[in-house]
Amino acid sequence: MSPVSSINRATATKSLSLAFAVGTYALAFGAASIAAGFSILQTSLLSLLLFSGASQFAVIGVIGAGGTALTAIATSTLLGFRNALYGIVMTPILQVTGFKKIVAAQITIDESTGVALGEEDRGISMQRQGFWLTGFGVFLFWNIFTVIGALSASTISNPAEWGLDAAVPAAFIALVWPRLKSKNDIYLALSATALALITTPILPAGLPIIATAGLAVLLGWRVR
Amino acid sequence: MNKFWIATIGASALAFLLKFAGHSIPAKYLNNARLQRINGFIPVALLSALVAVQAFATKRELQVDHRALGLAVAAFALKIKLPFPVVVGAAAFASAIFYRLNN
Repeated sequence: MSPVSSINRATATKSLSLAFAVGTYALAFGAASIAAGFSILQTSLLSLLLFSGASQFAVIGVIGAGGTALTAIATSTLLGFRNALYGIVMTPILQVTGFKKIVAAQITIDESTGVALGEEDRGISMQRQGFWLTGFGVFLFWNIFTVIGALSASTISNPAEWGLDAAVPAAFIALVWPRLKSKNDIYLALSATALALITTPILPAGLPIIATAGLAVLLGWRVR
Repeated sequence: MNKFWIATIGASALAFLLKFAGHSIPAKYLNNARLQRINGFIPVALLSALVAVQAFATKRELQVDHRALGLAVAAFALKIKLPFPVVVGAAAFASAIFYRLNN
């Protein structure tokens, strides 16, 4: 990481304001996790250790809907594959080994990779700075807001009275919305919705969600 | 260990392994166009399925209730490009009001 004296103001402002905005999502996560039956400790550990928004929501969503730990883990892991692809892009830029590589891996998420790639025109040192600042910034705010959300929700006895049960599908639709870029994305979203609803009464909880990954594989295999 | 702990630890461990693998596996094994495409589609499918199940399923039964109203409000908020916390907050608020009026 670059020494503090050389931190570029524009990059820092971009990274930290993004980190704060993204961090506020964790309010919804913290509250929804408690409503799904996770403890405050488990909720915090998900934000500290799993640290990938969509996967975290998937874990609590699947368990909250009555799914098994295995289906929750599988859904979360399928959503986490993109982080591996981000790692591939970041490796030549970061050039880190040992403990720094472990830290870099943990904060390799949508936002840190996105900012780093966006700084491409401004050189590799700005890319590195964007990655570390955004990654650490999101990590900090994400975990703070998780605790605030979890603590607020832990005083609530009936989640429905506070709309927490509706906050989860709202969070998921907000996560998928920006990904609906092409016609194929929209067809896939609609067919995944249909498949999940049709199989819900038939399959054990959680499996209707995982089954839709098959649609993604089928489409990705055939389309070009 | 109950399922909450297994899910928390298991999902966290695998998430880190995937992140670390990306920083360690030679790019040629994952830089395949088809794999990249599938990887782009997977979140669309899973997140859409999660929207449907979270909004319309209770255990293994389908039902349209206060959550559906919340989802409609969220979709409208996204359509007019409101930021994430507002989208979730508005959905929760609408759903809570409807629930309280009916229970």
